[in-house]
Amino acid sequence: MMDVLYFAWVRERIGLPREVIDTDASTVQDLVDELRRREGRYDVAFSDTSALRVALDQELSDFDASLKGVREVAFFPPMTGG
Amino acid sequence: MDIRVQEAAFDLGAEANAFAARQRGMGAIVTFTGVVRDLDDAPLRHMQVEHYPGMTEKALTKIAADAASRWDLGDILILHRYGRLAPDDLIMMVATASRHRRDAFEAATFLMDFLKSRAPFWKKEETESGSDWVAAKQDDEDALNDWD
Repeated sequence: MMDVLYFAWVRERIGLPREVIDTDASTVQDLVDELRRREGRYDVAFSDTSALRVALDQELSDFDASLKGVREVAFFPPMTGG
Repeated sequence: MDIRVQEAAFDLGAEANAFAARQRGMGAIVTFTGVVRDLDDAPLRHMQVEHYPGMTEKALTKIAADAASRWDLGDILILHRYGRLAPDDLIMMVATASRHRRDAFEAATFLMDFLKSRAPFWKKEETESGSDWVAAKQDDEDALNDWD
């Protein structure tokens, strides 16, 4: 079980800010592929992962990173602070 | 080190004075303030600032710690707002205190460069013709490489 969070337009496209996902995906990319197969809204939101960033347990990470031991995954567009 | 992420407005003068008042032996204090500005092509009604509670504070703390390890600093303040802002509202400020002005200026610039692209904030601009998420700028990403 994993908390999956979405922010900004990713949240809007998927239609919810967070959900708990029962998955045995071993990498972020595996999780993305699994979500895309679920429903069209995930497929649209994740259609171009180069336009997305991912954080694992609140640390910026990569799409090929392992999900072993990770409790919280967050997907969002490039950040625009300041 | 003082890191704050808040919805409420802040008083620039009060924050700058409070920051200055708690420094000892610092010859230089630099403050930078970010202001919500109007768009070039359409009047901005509101800006919605979203963030990632938990990660935001961690990311800002890391950025501040990186600055503290690179320059001789007495203190750092980072204050960033989220929620619904209007044109001319103050959105964020950073302050640095150092014995010397160059360290204070450079550290403030470093903090701003990393805040732009490495702190989990996202801005959505609302005009009368609709709303759009602000896209990250390549210039901002490039600015990070200058600090390597």
